[in-house]
Amino acid sequence: MDTYNSKDIAAFKNVWVFCEQRQGELMPTDFELLSEGRKLADELGVKLYGLLLGDQVEGLAKTLGGYGADGVIVCESPLLKDYTTDAYAKTVCDVVKELKPEILIYGASNIGRDLAPRCAARLHTGLTADCTHLDIDVEQYKSFLRENSTLDVDGSQWDEGDRNLKMTRPAFGGHLMATIICPKFRPCMATVRPGVMKKAPFDAAKSEAVEIIRPAFSLQEEDLETKVLAVEKSARKLVDLIGADVIVSVGRGIASDIEGGIKIAQDLADELGGVVGGSRVAIDSGWLASDHQVGQTGKTVHPKIYIALGISGAIQHKVGMQDSECIIAVNKNSAAPIFEVADYGITGDLYSVGPMLLEAIREAKAAK
Amino acid sequence: MDFNLTREQELVRKMMRSFTENEVEPIAAETDRTSEYPAETIDKLFRYGVMGMVVPKEYGGAGADDVCGAIAIEEISKACASTGDIVATHNGLCCGPIMKHGTPEQKAKYLPMLTSGHVGAFALTEPNAGSDASKGTTTAVLDGDHYVLNGSKIFITNGYVADIFVVFAMTDPSKGTKGISAFIVEKDFPGFSVGKHEEKMGLHGSPTAEIVFTDCIVPKENLLGVAGKGFSIAMQTLDGGRIGIAAQALGIAEGAMAKAMEFTKSRVQFGKPISKFQNTQFKFADMQVAITAGQYLTYAAAAKKGEGKRFTLDAAMAKLFTSENAMKITTECLQMFGGYGYTKDYPIERMMRDAKITEIYEGTSEVQRIVISGNIL
Amino acid sequence: MKIIVCVKQVPDTTGKVAVKPDGTLDRASMQTVTNPDDLNAIEAALAMKDEVGCEVIAVSMGPAPAEGMLRELLAMGVDRAVLVSGREFGGSDTYATSQILACAISKIGLEKEDIVICGRQAIDGDTAQVGPQIAEKLGIPQITYVAGIEKDGDKIVCKRMLEDGFMKIEAQTPCLLTCVKELNQPRYMSIGGIMEAYSKPYEVFDYEALKDSPLMDAESIGLKGSPTNIFKSFTPPQKGAGTMLKGADKNTCKELAQILADKHLI
Repeated sequence: MDTYNSKDIAAFKNVWVFCEQRQGELMPTDFELLSEGRKLADELGVKLYGLLLGDQVEGLAKTLGGYGADGVIVCESPLLKDYTTDAYAKTVCDVVKELKPEILIYGASNIGRDLAPRCAARLHTGLTADCTHLDIDVEQYKSFLRENSTLDVDGSQWDEGDRNLKMTRPAFGGHLMATIICPKFRPCMATVRPGVMKKAPFDAAKSEAVEIIRPAFSLQEEDLETKVLAVEKSARKLVDLIGADVIVSVGRGIASDIEGGIKIAQDLADELGGVVGGSRVAIDSGWLASDHQVGQTGKTVHPKIYIALGISGAIQHKVGMQDSECIIAVNKNSAAPIFEVADYGITGDLYSVGPMLLEAIREAKAAK
Repeated sequence: MDFNLTREQELVRKMMRSFTENEVEPIAAETDRTSEYPAETIDKLFRYGVMGMVVPKEYGGAGADDVCGAIAIEEISKACASTGDIVATHNGLCCGPIMKHGTPEQKAKYLPMLTSGHVGAFALTEPNAGSDASKGTTTAVLDGDHYVLNGSKIFITNGYVADIFVVFAMTDPSKGTKGISAFIVEKDFPGFSVGKHEEKMGLHGSPTAEIVFTDCIVPKENLLGVAGKGFSIAMQTLDGGRIGIAAQALGIAEGAMAKAMEFTKSRVQFGKPISKFQNTQFKFADMQVAITAGQYLTYAAAAKKGEGKRFTLDAAMAKLFTSENAMKITTECLQMFGGYGYTKDYPIERMMRDAKITEIYEGTSEVQRIVISGNIL
Repeated sequence: MKIIVCVKQVPDTTGKVAVKPDGTLDRASMQTVTNPDDLNAIEAALAMKDEVGCEVIAVSMGPAPAEGMLRELLAMGVDRAVLVSGREFGGSDTYATSQILACAISKIGLEKEDIVICGRQAIDGDTAQVGPQIAEKLGIPQITYVAGIEKDGDKIVCKRMLEDGFMKIEAQTPCLLTCVKELNQPRYMSIGGIMEAYSKPYEVFDYEALKDSPLMDAESIGLKGSPTNIFKSFTPPQKGAGTMLKGADKNTCKELAQILADKHLI
């Protein structure tokens, strides 16, 4: 066997980000991860590299540099054109064994979460899934805990010199947070939830300065045990109320302009990737079909975001939606019972607040 | 003495609970509103071995014990008493007498049908012979290799969906109850027809109809048990059927109580959820006692039946107690819902309507009291 | 041909979740369920059994009470169940768990036409790592996020879900699949199955049973052998009472959008 030993911690150096591309296009998560990786590399005083696999993808390296990579390790082969577990895992592992990074992070996409565990098992090291927060520096970690936990941070003992990557992630359906470390093996690996890390501004100078590394690796047709027969982009699947992450519901409040009210809800739902629901009144009055009904006689839902527009909050509606993660209610009547279960309430007219909220959400998303 | 359910009985409860929540509850209100027979659900219940579950494995059943049978009906009836009724009738009143009184040939022919998609029914009641079953006027006359049946039966559960009927008719009207015989009748026998579909106060999804025999030809080999022993077969069958109705009544009461507990926890009046009022709490306490006591009565009767012991008294007590409590509990639960309870937006009014029949069919409460007192005096 | 399905008994995180003051989960007060995705894996195997008549074996690593879950799977139609259970296995992370499960699977025996199926991920840890890691340990191909399966002899073609579409992937058996909910609708136990559940083959593999497996590495199982450790666990701060935002104008909406962005909800 080779000389690779994942326990020989001192032999490992630098932070790597696996930069996923699909059909020659970088994934947005790559930039988030590089920006986060930059921070980690700086804390450790090491270099940040992007790891880019594909067929004729070297041209993407500069973009990766612009988001913080000091260098990009490029592995090109026609066999790496479409993602396959076999080809990618073999290439990643071969390159890791040769160049020995101390940290390797992947986006927690369907591809990252297929590749990373396979590599971790082959490299005999630890992997933490779907992280939402990463720290090296103990002081930084402590200040994160002060804000985001109920732990007695300052009353606890800390090893201030600890240079392990502290990988924090939700567990048990988000009811608990856990910080995981991988103290005895390298590289320390994590997949990171897309959309969580902040993307840094593009740095043109860094983009130009990016170093290209082309490690030797071998990949043959025989290495591939799976064959990609087809790759298809699908139109977004319709989501039903129960499976929806976001529901924008309407009630009696849209009576004065039914079409207009439903359009406001639909626009908000479209922007947030959700679906439109309705209270009993909206269904009984024939404004929406019965499969849209939320509540006692309709569906019981628990989306991440529930927006109630012009819904007073009768008990039969509340029992169907009160377990939603974040409830936003807009109602003219400040005493409407819907506000008792809402996380955020706005007393106002849905016809004016709705479009403004849509605009504000668009702006907030663009700013991310 | 062991009051614990067996591992299998616990699994049957878990399975039926999950089935009911996903397959029965979502369509219960619609079934009630449209009075439509829940054909798809019944098909699934065949596929999962619930229809005919007590039939031995050699005849295609699951060989489940009678307590499992009661638990299955109890769980289904929590969400839909109509579906519970269809199953109870099929298992208790059709599979039951064929298993107990059928010849090997009858069992080999009919039990596999009753476990693979063919619904069964039981036809005893006539317009002038309800509680007093001895006054039936349907006749069966032996004519060579077959009997000829004439007359009609009413209030027959599964009447217009069943393929196989256990039918009671007079073979010797001069002998009263001793002149009654039992037959296995297929719906395709010449001279068999379905009459009026009943419109009922409740149990809307349970298909109730009149069935009519007009010179209906029933092969001689379809005589169930001995000629003239039909009344005894009917009474024994009803003893078993009462366990099913007790289980159904229990399920209705439990379903209503669960809905009421959920509602009173979220319904705020006078500044607090109404479940916080002691009046509400004490009512729930009494309901729970009645439900638990009813479970013991019902399971004990089922266990006795399974052990081959005499269980007439036990079944009558279980049926009387659980059905009267189902009526009482659904009424009180509806009261807790206030005005909402009186609307069709909530299932509670349906449960109350459904509960009423349990005090009437398969022996009214009055008949149960006759049976009970007759057994103890 | 046989199909080995890996299943896990998990606390029901969709219901009420109890957390002890020290930030760990109060497992004793929680209901346990069969991991939902694993039921899809079981259904996929049983559907194949219905079609071609193969043997379906459920394997689970966990404490003794996980027998109850395995009996339920037997009642659904699984032919044989194996519980992998032992003190030595406690505290295993995904690396160590996959090591142990790979040993158990190779002890059962993996032949040319066999398939291993796992659920996509377990609702307690949500890692989605054990499936691929078992495949690596066994040295067999994997297809993850499977939403459709077609089998033809020793070839299998799967529809593999991506965020923005899907791939059709072909693999040779033996191979490992991890499946998503969309693959199927799991069946219930059947009454007949329940009556047989306690008489079907049921075995427990402890450390003794697996220690001679060529895949076993005593150094990399259990808490001690796990590459990852829990450094801290904590509860997120309690969700406060609802906030009524001031006004109903552009600034109000901006404030709300910013809150949603900060919470990563948009």
